[in-house]
Amino acid sequence: MTVSSVVQLKGGPNGYSNAAAEVARPESSSDRRSSSQGQGPLSDTVIEAKKVSKWYGAFRALTDINLTVRKGERVVICGPSGSGKSTLIRCFNRLEAHQEGEITVNGIRLHSKMRDVAEVRKNVGMVFQHFNLFPHMTVLMNCMAAPMWIKGVPEAEARKLAIKFLERVHIPEQANKYPAQLSGGQQQRVAIARSLCMEPAVMLFDEPTSSLDPEMVAEVLDTMTSLARDGMTMVCVTHEMGFARSVADRVVFMDAGLIVEENKPHDFFTNPQHERTKLFLSQILKH
Amino acid sequence: MLYQDTVESEILVHKPWFIASVFAVVLAVFLALNLTGTTMGELMRPVIGDPLESGLYGRFAIAFVIAIVFCLNLVMIGFVPLKVQIGIVWLEMLILFLVFVKTLNLNLPFIWKNLPFLITQGIVTTLYVSAISLVFSSLIGIVAAVAKLSSNGFAYGIASFYTSFFRGLPLLMQIYLIYLGLPQLGIVMDAVPSGILALSLCIGAYMTEIFRAGIQSIDRGQWEASRSLGFGFGLTMRRIILPQALPVIIPPMGNSFISMLKDSSLVSVLGVWELTFLARTLGQATFNHMEMLIAVAIIYWILSICLELIQSRIERYYARSKVR
Repeated sequence: MTVSSVVQLKGGPNGYSNAAAEVARPESSSDRRSSSQGQGPLSDTVIEAKKVSKWYGAFRALTDINLTVRKGERVVICGPSGSGKSTLIRCFNRLEAHQEGEITVNGIRLHSKMRDVAEVRKNVGMVFQHFNLFPHMTVLMNCMAAPMWIKGVPEAEARKLAIKFLERVHIPEQANKYPAQLSGGQQQRVAIARSLCMEPAVMLFDEPTSSLDPEMVAEVLDTMTSLARDGMTMVCVTHEMGFARSVADRVVFMDAGLIVEENKPHDFFTNPQHERTKLFLSQILKH
Repeated sequence: MLYQDTVESEILVHKPWFIASVFAVVLAVFLALNLTGTTMGELMRPVIGDPLESGLYGRFAIAFVIAIVFCLNLVMIGFVPLKVQIGIVWLEMLILFLVFVKTLNLNLPFIWKNLPFLITQGIVTTLYVSAISLVFSSLIGIVAAVAKLSSNGFAYGIASFYTSFFRGLPLLMQIYLIYLGLPQLGIVMDAVPSGILALSLCIGAYMTEIFRAGIQSIDRGQWEASRSLGFGFGLTMRRIILPQALPVIIPPMGNSFISMLKDSSLVSVLGVWELTFLARTLGQATFNHMEMLIAVAIIYWILSICLELIQSRIERYYARSKVR
């Protein structure tokens, strides 16, 4: 991370800055490339994937993936469809099981033991392409459910928490509506608030804007950008290259289950190393 | 309600060709039926003279009048709004039913005399046998549905064997098997518990399939969202999946319960004093079979209507999150 981009991120358009960002920056601005391997659980590594492979039957979806996400980092994963990027992000909270290699999240190694997986999921928020809000609950209840039922937060406190995060995504006035009454962009922002209510250590975004109308993409991306500015650790599968360029610390390009290239956004977009990356970028940035 | 197109369609019962063909059919049917010997014939006496002597002319006159009245009725109904139409049709069907009952020449005082006992003994027994079976069959249904959806071969095996067996046997057979077969294994049960057990097991098998279909109808994403928030299996099922599956489950469930209410009449073969048993025993002794059968039939009908109302109330409750 260059110094200029740190400054740019901290002093964003609103002059927004908070304690989390202050704390997170210095750690992640150290040379993460060289120090990312061999971290213990006490380090600032949030997600670490080592030689991860996954098969669907005979089809190999992921091949020897190595990826480290450190505290406060924003990683964007992009690539053509079918390249395994969604599969990879879903492995990080074990919605998918990997067959080989090792994934460590928050110091806990992911395997099939329910207890550990549950512990990891408590600390990992996930936002889906199709929102997956609970349609039979109000927006407020969608946000209150997890803190109340998982963490045992008292109802009044959970309500306060929910309203705080609904304000954070700018829709506190929709709190008592049902998801079906909201627009796509509003639903996705509720989904973000719902995940935030668990106060996760890292947020995973699985193509959060892909099923939205163009007008609503902006409101969701704005929410994500402001989250990033607050120092939230984020892993984001997206085709929004503008978002990747302005927010990401690193862009990971995947193709056919492999990480082809991994670079800082500026270098990634201006000086791609691999032919496949160049082709992808030329396709996606054509219009 | 079916999808309503915004295009205005012509009213069928106001089309001349339709009314004409209905008229022809009704006329033909009543010509063939020969109603000269019935009340209808008596009503027509001023026109056709002695009904029994009137011959073909009388038959034709009666059929003609009936066809005219029927067609006029159709045309008139076509003019009123939907709700009134439904009301009129219900009323007319009820009147026809009452006329039918009337023609049976029932001994009404006998019905009135026995009605209190039918209610205090018969309805109460039928209702509590059905209600207890309802609770048990729902519990069996949920558990077996989860077992049938699980990846546990043992659970799946038991659940699928259970549904196959109890859906495949006639309920009457199951009742006999439980009441007469279990004592041979040393388990002696009274008639009422045996009946409840048989009903619960049989309807439970149907409920299993209803719950399974309901649970499977919920989008995979709901499971993923729920699990990714850290909910366990039980919590996801109880709070996320079942509440959403219920609107899908309730209509077929109401169906099952209504049919169970009526199937509870089969328990009468064990000598349980429920409606059907009382209808047979009370009627048989005094040769008032039809009186008791009609009375009990109407009671079953009223009970079913109550269940239908409850079902629609619940459906409306679960539709509240679908408002826009």
